[in-house]
Amino acid sequence: LEHIGIEPERLHFSWISSSEAPKFAEVATEVTEAVRKAGPVKKLVKQRAEVV
Amino acid sequence: MIAYSGKIREIAKKLLEEKAVDLVIGFKKGTLPMMTEPVMIKEPEETGQLYWSSFCSVNLADYLPKRKEKIGIIAKGCDSRNIAVHIVENQIQRDQLYIIGVPCTGMVDRRKIRSLAAGRELTEVIESDEELTIKGKDFDQTVKKIDYLQDNCITCMHRNPVIYDAMVGEQVEERKDPDPYDDIKEIDAMGSDERWEFFSNLLKDCIRCYACRNACPLCYCPTCFVDESDPQWVGKGIDPIDTMTFHILRAFHCAGRCTDCGACEQACPMDINMRLLTRSLNKDALELYGCEAGLSIEERPPLDTYRPDDYDKFIR
Repeated sequence: LEHIGIEPERLHFSWISSSEAPKFAEVATEVTEAVRKAGPVKKLVKQRAEVV
Repeated sequence: MIAYSGKIREIAKKLLEEKAVDLVIGFKKGTLPMMTEPVMIKEPEETGQLYWSSFCSVNLADYLPKRKEKIGIIAKGCDSRNIAVHIVENQIQRDQLYIIGVPCTGMVDRRKIRSLAAGRELTEVIESDEELTIKGKDFDQTVKKIDYLQDNCITCMHRNPVIYDAMVGEQVEERKDPDPYDDIKEIDAMGSDERWEFFSNLLKDCIRCYACRNACPLCYCPTCFVDESDPQWVGKGIDPIDTMTFHILRAFHCAGRCTDCGACEQACPMDINMRLLTRSLNKDALELYGCEAGLSIEERPPLDTYRPDDYDKFIR
């Protein structure tokens, strides 16, 4: 996905066990912060057909 | 290359006469210059139809999945790797196959030849060992084959079949080290907006005919995700995002399995180089996991094996 031009800030991979609640919270916060910084997504978004 | 035809016929005839195989999958001469047509030969008397030239770029491994017969199949280096992939993925058994290996010096790109004619009709293309003579009304030109190879053949490093039961000629010398990923590196050096622009532009002509998928030996799913209607994973029109989704997902499905045989690109009626997507993943499979698809029938594909030292830097 990075290769075709999706911003790396939007791509996150993590391995979190079901017993790692604090890590999950931490990662989720990080992801949302990174994505918020990247701003609204413009690529690979399907626009609704315009009705004229 | 053209000289292999006789040997192919001879081997196929013998196999069918001895009933060692039920059918032989090969090529016959097409009706237009430079065209060849895949053919399944079942009777020894029909083996005269079999033909080989530098335009046999279709990957015959595409015809193997789930067949029950004993099959003789003609395979170039890349095709043989796809046959190996099929065996590893349990689409066909090794003992069902008699692989007639063709050492390959590269397939000629008929589009590049056609562009020489600059719109004029080609009436005849005659092949010799190293050269092609192209004829049409009022023109006649001889070119070196090596200057008009398919892009994937220019950088091919596995020209000899990796598995075979018979060979139709002497092994050809393998190239030492062309860098097959020059253009991928160039793309990766761009910024993400630039890359998005590049790929949007690359795929803008796609008419979603799925010729690339149909020509691809890896695409053997009984129902492709693009044809599913419940749920419908991706829109069926030519919306650019749907088209992009199709190409990205198809490339991912081929990750670690693609042999860069070029069948997709050759099949495309719109001249789209979708190999830029599959090859990026081939590069990752090689650089990060040391895997090249189809080099052995023992090795499992990279996506279904785990090694403790697997590259995992992207996982937090």
